[in-house]
Amino acid sequence: MAYTEEELKKELETKEYEYGFYTDIDSETFPVGLNEEVVRRISQKKKEPEWMTQWRLKAFEAWKNMEEPEWANVQYSKPDYQAISYYSAPKKKDQYKTLDEVDPELLKTFDKLGISLDEQKKLAGVAVDIVMDSVSVATTFKDTLAEKGIIFCSISEAIQEYPDLVKKYIGTVIPIQDNYFAALNSAVFSDGSFCYIPKGVRCPMELSTYFRINQAGTGQFERTLVIADESSYVSYLEGCTAPSRDENQLHAAVVELVALDNAEIKYSTVQNWFPGDKNGKGGVYNFVTKRGICHRNSKISWTQVETGSAVTWKYPSCILKGDNSIGEFYSIALTNNYQQADTGTKMVHLGKNTKSTIISKGISAGKSQNSYRGLVQVHPRATNARNFSQCDSLLMGNQCGAHTFPYIEVKNKTAQIEHEATTSKIGEDQIFYCNQRGIDPEKAIALVVNGFSKEVLNKLPMEFAVEAQKLLEISLEGSVG
Amino acid sequence: MEFKEKLLASHLAFEERIDFSDPVHQTRLESLKTFEEMGFPSRKDEAWKYTSLNAIVRQDYALFPKKESTIQLKKVKKYFLYEIDTYKVVFIDGVYSPFLSDTTHDGLDVCLMSAALSKAKYRKLIDTYFNKITNKDDSLTALNTSYTQEGAYVYIPKSVVAEKPIEIIHFSTGKEKALWLQPRNLIVIDQNAQVQILERHQSLKDHNIVTNSVTEIYAHQDTFVDYYKIQNDLNTASLIDNTYISQEKNSNVRVHTFSLGGKLIRNNLNFFLRGQYCHSTLKGVTLLEDQQHVDHYTLVDHASPNCESHQDYKGVFSEGSKGVFNGKIHVDQIAQKTNAFQQNNNILLDDKAMVNTKPQLEIFADDVKCSHGCTVGQLDEDALFYLRSRGIPKKEANALMTYAFANNVLESVELPILKKRINKLIAKKLGVNLGFDL
Repeated sequence: MAYTEEELKKELETKEYEYGFYTDIDSETFPVGLNEEVVRRISQKKKEPEWMTQWRLKAFEAWKNMEEPEWANVQYSKPDYQAISYYSAPKKKDQYKTLDEVDPELLKTFDKLGISLDEQKKLAGVAVDIVMDSVSVATTFKDTLAEKGIIFCSISEAIQEYPDLVKKYIGTVIPIQDNYFAALNSAVFSDGSFCYIPKGVRCPMELSTYFRINQAGTGQFERTLVIADESSYVSYLEGCTAPSRDENQLHAAVVELVALDNAEIKYSTVQNWFPGDKNGKGGVYNFVTKRGICHRNSKISWTQVETGSAVTWKYPSCILKGDNSIGEFYSIALTNNYQQADTGTKMVHLGKNTKSTIISKGISAGKSQNSYRGLVQVHPRATNARNFSQCDSLLMGNQCGAHTFPYIEVKNKTAQIEHEATTSKIGEDQIFYCNQRGIDPEKAIALVVNGFSKEVLNKLPMEFAVEAQKLLEISLEGSVG
Repeated sequence: MEFKEKLLASHLAFEERIDFSDPVHQTRLESLKTFEEMGFPSRKDEAWKYTSLNAIVRQDYALFPKKESTIQLKKVKKYFLYEIDTYKVVFIDGVYSPFLSDTTHDGLDVCLMSAALSKAKYRKLIDTYFNKITNKDDSLTALNTSYTQEGAYVYIPKSVVAEKPIEIIHFSTGKEKALWLQPRNLIVIDQNAQVQILERHQSLKDHNIVTNSVTEIYAHQDTFVDYYKIQNDLNTASLIDNTYISQEKNSNVRVHTFSLGGKLIRNNLNFFLRGQYCHSTLKGVTLLEDQQHVDHYTLVDHASPNCESHQDYKGVFSEGSKGVFNGKIHVDQIAQKTNAFQQNNNILLDDKAMVNTKPQLEIFADDVKCSHGCTVGQLDEDALFYLRSRGIPKKEANALMTYAFANNVLESVELPILKKRINKLIAKKLGVNLGFDL
């Protein structure tokens, strides 16, 4: 079917957010507002030990004295933190033993999300932990994992059952006073995922968490803690969606990764929160703190595909503390309509012979603003540190913006740092070439964008790569300037 | 009394020294207010993240040198490019030195800011150009504006090619223990004119001197401007250089900055491309040692279509020196077909040396080609080995490699004598005789 450019643009603009449904599940929601009492009640609700409650209160204390950061290249009306409900959980009687006991409405939600638990269980071999409105509702494949000694559960479960592990590592990578949103999260996080891979174990399947904000007027604050013990390996996936709403919802998550000696963690995210409608109304504020610490000879690799959210503020980072450790960051950030993204990474080289790679692809269309903000820091003792960064931006239409803010700080003479960035648009000759060969403009653009993002898409696990490609196609067609 | 307070309080004394009725006095007062509100920038300001003025503004400086000084020509001859073949505007401790200068009104104006401010015939030009492209939110520029009194004034009329280069040189004698200077230059190049300008700040004795200089350059249609900044001062001298350049259609402006010495140098170099088909070149060589600090802060604002800008900054840092590069390219929505390139390469020779770099792109137009590249590394070991295996001593090999590294920038210097001079300076810095002259 022959599209004209106008038609394509129109279709693109009116393309609805596919995951914008709302599930009518009976849920228990706290009244709005935040104070010490709310923090205590969340902790109580989760039946947490005293140390955890104290930890939360300390974070809340710290948060009260902090100011919301304004340095990012995004503009939004700040959320009113007293107008958010800090706890919303699907009502449940007991822990589900099998999937049959799960609320059928909930299962339908998962169907719509395209993650039939059953199917995934069998076909994909992915263990999924699902977090809905901040509470973990289902974890699959637990037994298979338990055989290997892998712990994969919700964080509230972990706090009760493995308090030693949680106590030892939580807040070590991202201290509670790290930044405004991390402090907020530390105070009020309601659930999240916890994963521990024992020494020498290679996790046999991809672990996955699916986040969804369902209830109106709630914020989602989940916390993920992944610990890979010595010489272990794990690949972890994270996906997110939210219903379409007129209001802006807040998502302030914290993800901490700990890679002990010789361990490897691969963390992939496909972020598809509701981006707001084509007039820029509504959408999720995605203010996430993600950081990993690498011990000796270990490796952390972040891969992210950011297509959703009205405002994104996200910098998955690696602290390369141990000698010979490796940090990687692969990112595709796509913004359309009125979306704004300020995303990038930090690579902090502390150990000797540390290496880091940054590949960031930004695609902006419509009236969106897309920024890469990254930091590469080489400390005086990090001899032979090596970094390669590449940030490419693709602009579609002349009303969007692409920005690059790389910070490079080198304090060691043996460091080798390379950074390059380019900005361009999809060439008309490229499109013309495809057209000549009978490929319509829509497909042609998808082709070019896919080629542009290939380096990053290749890093994603198979099943995510397919989804990510689809996501890119949805938002981009017909944008030749 | 803090130095900021002193600056504010001394303005009354300053007013006694100038003519109240001159056309810019209102601007002075407004700028003083701006400075009063903003104060000196601190490291909390994003633009000053890596450069701290604290150590500088914590001290006290004389604002007005007590007596006029003279220096003998033979003592400073070596700082001039040619003895006779240039127009010269020379200042000693901020005061114009007619003896050393060589100004002109013959066909083109090479004279003084104070003259331009006081004479009625310049009134129109001052009204049109003075303080029009400066950043009104920059406190140091505002500070300079509020104390506008002296500096160079250059006007090249339509279709005139300045036959000799213009040298603007500031000497400080060290008669004051600590001195704060604020020269203000205005350079207007009318249509189809050409000019080469050289700017230099030089202290003759170890003493605490800070120069907060502002230069405005207006390049009209079809002009060619070649501007060289030579910063090879003593280790006690600091320089904050704010340069604002406005380019009209089809103009070509090139600025080369050679930062070879000084305690702290901050170069704020701003290009505003207001007409189509402009060419802008920003190049710099930084060669530092011994706790020196250089901060290049560039902005190229592509506000019209079809323009091209090239930036190339090379830095070599040894012995605890510190280099900062912050390059910003801004491309407006209407500035389609823009080509903007930026390159920043750094070599660290010492563990105590440090480089912070932040090449920034802000792009709002889609049909553009923009790129930046930035590296931090060392001299190529293999190449060094190659040279040494052929009998070239380590020091010379290092020097050769460093020289080659900086050569990209040197290549485009169009004044042969200046090129030679800078080559020599670099060789001297590296402690070798390169054995060839260029």
